[in-house]
Amino acid sequence: MTAERQGMDKDTMKKNIILEIQNLSVSFQQYGRGFAMTDLDVIRDLNVTVHEGEIVAAVGSSGSGKSLLAHGILGILPYNASLGGRILYEGEELTQKRKEELRGNEIVLVPQSVAFLDPLMKIGPQIRKGKKDPGSRKKLDEIFEGYHLKQEVQDLYPFELSGGMNRRVLVSTAMMGNPRLVIADEPTPGLHMNMVRRVMSHFRELADQGAGVLLITHDLEQALETADRVVVFYAGTTVEDADVKDFGAEETLRHPYSQALWRALPQNGFQFITGTQPYVKDMPKGCPFAPRCERCREDCKGEIPYREIRGGKVRCLHTE
Amino acid sequence: MKSHFMFVGKQLIRMILLLICVSIAAFFLVSVSPVDPLQANVGQAALGSMSQEQIAKLNAYWGVGEPAMSRFLAWASDFFRGDMGISLLYRRPVAEVIAVKFVNSIWLLAAAWMISGIMGFLLGVLAGMKRGTWIDRAVKGYSLMIASTPAFWLALVLLMVFAVWLQILPVGLSVPIGMEAEGVTLADRIRHAILPALTLSITGVSNIALHTREKMIDIMESDYVLFARARGESSWSIFKNHGFRNVVLPAITLQFASISEIFGGSVLVEQIFSYPGLGQAAVTAGIGSDVPLLLGVTVISAAIVFGGNLTANLLYGVVDPRIRRGGAKK
Amino acid sequence: MRRINGRERTVLWFGGALLFLALITIGGRFLAEKAMVTDFSRKNLAPCPAYLFGTDWMGRDMFVRTLTGLSMSIRIGFLAAGVSALLALILGTASAVMGRAVDSVITWIIDLVMGIPHILLLILISYACGKGFKGVVIGVSLTHWTSLARLIRGEVLQLKEAAYIKAAGKLGMSRFKTAWKHMVPHLLPQFLVGLILLFPHAILHEASITFLGFGLSPEQPAIGVILSESMQYLAMGKWWLALFPGLLLAGTAALFDVAGESLRKLLDPGSAHR
Repeated sequence: MTAERQGMDKDTMKKNIILEIQNLSVSFQQYGRGFAMTDLDVIRDLNVTVHEGEIVAAVGSSGSGKSLLAHGILGILPYNASLGGRILYEGEELTQKRKEELRGNEIVLVPQSVAFLDPLMKIGPQIRKGKKDPGSRKKLDEIFEGYHLKQEVQDLYPFELSGGMNRRVLVSTAMMGNPRLVIADEPTPGLHMNMVRRVMSHFRELADQGAGVLLITHDLEQALETADRVVVFYAGTTVEDADVKDFGAEETLRHPYSQALWRALPQNGFQFITGTQPYVKDMPKGCPFAPRCERCREDCKGEIPYREIRGGKVRCLHTE
Repeated sequence: MKSHFMFVGKQLIRMILLLICVSIAAFFLVSVSPVDPLQANVGQAALGSMSQEQIAKLNAYWGVGEPAMSRFLAWASDFFRGDMGISLLYRRPVAEVIAVKFVNSIWLLAAAWMISGIMGFLLGVLAGMKRGTWIDRAVKGYSLMIASTPAFWLALVLLMVFAVWLQILPVGLSVPIGMEAEGVTLADRIRHAILPALTLSITGVSNIALHTREKMIDIMESDYVLFARARGESSWSIFKNHGFRNVVLPAITLQFASISEIFGGSVLVEQIFSYPGLGQAAVTAGIGSDVPLLLGVTVISAAIVFGGNLTANLLYGVVDPRIRRGGAKK
Repeated sequence: MRRINGRERTVLWFGGALLFLALITIGGRFLAEKAMVTDFSRKNLAPCPAYLFGTDWMGRDMFVRTLTGLSMSIRIGFLAAGVSALLALILGTASAVMGRAVDSVITWIIDLVMGIPHILLLILISYACGKGFKGVVIGVSLTHWTSLARLIRGEVLQLKEAAYIKAAGKLGMSRFKTAWKHMVPHLLPQFLVGLILLFPHAILHEASITFLGFGLSPEQPAIGVILSESMQYLAMGKWWLALFPGLLLAGTAALFDVAGESLRKLLDPGSAHR
């Protein structure tokens, strides 16, 4: 056991790893100018680990490739995309075949909004995936009871749901299986903080029952509210993996981008850094954050390893 | 419930207004023609056998000297009462001629409409679900090929193959030549309708299949199908739960919109197979300057097309819960 | 050699289709005289190397007649599709920018034109013009603009609402300049593709209406006339009179389709993956 390891939360250490993503990459085949065909690397060097009973928030601004991560784990990427790197689920390689077997049962997705529900299918049958057997019916009835949803809601169409019901219905879809890994893709877009807490409490319950939760969001504030660990995304790469506690102060963070995010939090004075995330087509060599970084040196243009520092991980050469 | 009646009422009024406009436009077109229908038919037996009163009426509609507007009103008010005038070629009331032709056509049109609708739907759904596979490519290839093929040439080819070369189907007419009307059996009628119906179906399928395929692809790329896949639903389950449900709505519109096209095709096909239906009547009337009949066929066929659109809109309201329930809720 | 990719293939298809169509159009034009030559010493010949498509009962070379007819069809199609597309552009744009009253009138006209089956409307217009060349061109022009007009109307409406165009207006850019700088570059590709895709319809409808006896006069070697004449000889086994002219007509229509679809793929990369 290394020194860094001992710094980590003792509970986490004991618990099994559910999901381990190693150097994941997602690329799209596209036409550039003229006749040139190029591979666009939308995601590179992405590393995320989720343990049992843990909520991990993957935080990054839009365009950092967060949704593709969810689609990659579930095996629902578009046909012109290709996946690289390794995904391990419960210690074993998560192949496309295994994804297809597990998704919807052990690995579940909670989508952004009711737009992900079929507008022409009633809620009840839709959550049951059209199954009509007594077992499925009973299970759904129980789930609805648990979330304080009236049984009549099952007979409504998605457009008839009220804002308050939406979230609970979406979470219910995940409960039809026996979730071990819950992936929530922006589950609270534009919601009020009270509402966010309510929704997040559902995920905490799932985690307490032993599932691992991967929460994908652009909202650091929300992530800090609920998650145990935060993985920071920048331009399709993970730049830092830190305990929520590390976000207590700027100094405990490791990557300059995480620190910039920290300074942009309301309680820390809303200080935003200049510049924008580089577009996939003109990604700089080496560290993607280099053009906006004050600590940037000549060696940042080379290979940047993902190293362990102070109990977390960082992809930066100039941090201790 | 009230809003539903309002909806139906509005649609009906719209349809009637459109029909009135169609008759005005059609009447305008035939009146600007340099061909004088009475002159063109003067030497023919048609006028000779007509009563003085009938000729006077014809003059009132088509004669020179009267302003077009008052001629239209005279024609329209008679039309409204069910008197579509006298056909110059058939020497019988237009309403009677159209009724006979309509009965002949309706079976042909209905058969072609059903076959092309069902086949087109199935092929389109299959191609859309199996996008990029050989099935998709075959359906797409067939549809694009047929879309470029003139219907009347296809009819000629089928005629050459089945009637002239293989000699298993008759060359033309809806009944055997020289047979008394009573002696015509249902089997005879069907045998004579096979080739025209086949031609119309082959051409009709392509359009419906192509459009259904596009809709199906849109559905397969939708967020709800993505989510269904993420929930582990199989291809069959996705089709059963989401694909079919969502493709049926646009299919209804497509199916009823295809009436116009099938009717248009029947004009050509009936001419080639000498099938005595509405389409052939339109051609005969146009060539023979039988203006009353031409106008009658135009208005009736427009009524069929608009009726189809109306039916589609009403069905939509019944099938789509967002309209059915949404109206009731707000 | 490396394999050519999808986009290169599309360009090849587009160029090939255009080249072929140009050859037919120009070739047919110069063969017009030959198409009328009768020679009873060679009548009713089945297809052979000297007469690829055979000859008819007056000994006319069917290959030459077919090319001449197609050339005429394409030129009529050019005229009619051009007028039709222009109508669509004007009415579609007017419908989108000139307020609700104009919009509802134009939408109404579109519904009206679509309500009468195409062929029937063509017969009516042809009758109104006293049949012949004029009737065909006017008829095809007046019946084919509707769907393109709808498309353009939708595009302009969408562009009007687009953020950058609204911003241009707020920044004081004149309406004309906004239209020129932002709207035209968006609409032009749509318009061009729509124009080319109108051709097959225009050509097939011209042939159909001529076939029925409402279009070009029977003296002209139009495809519709050729096929209509062939009907009397079908029962006698003169299959080549109908088969080849029709096949070439379908091929021409298909080539226009290929050209239009390839151009769409090139101009609108989003549809390339369809």
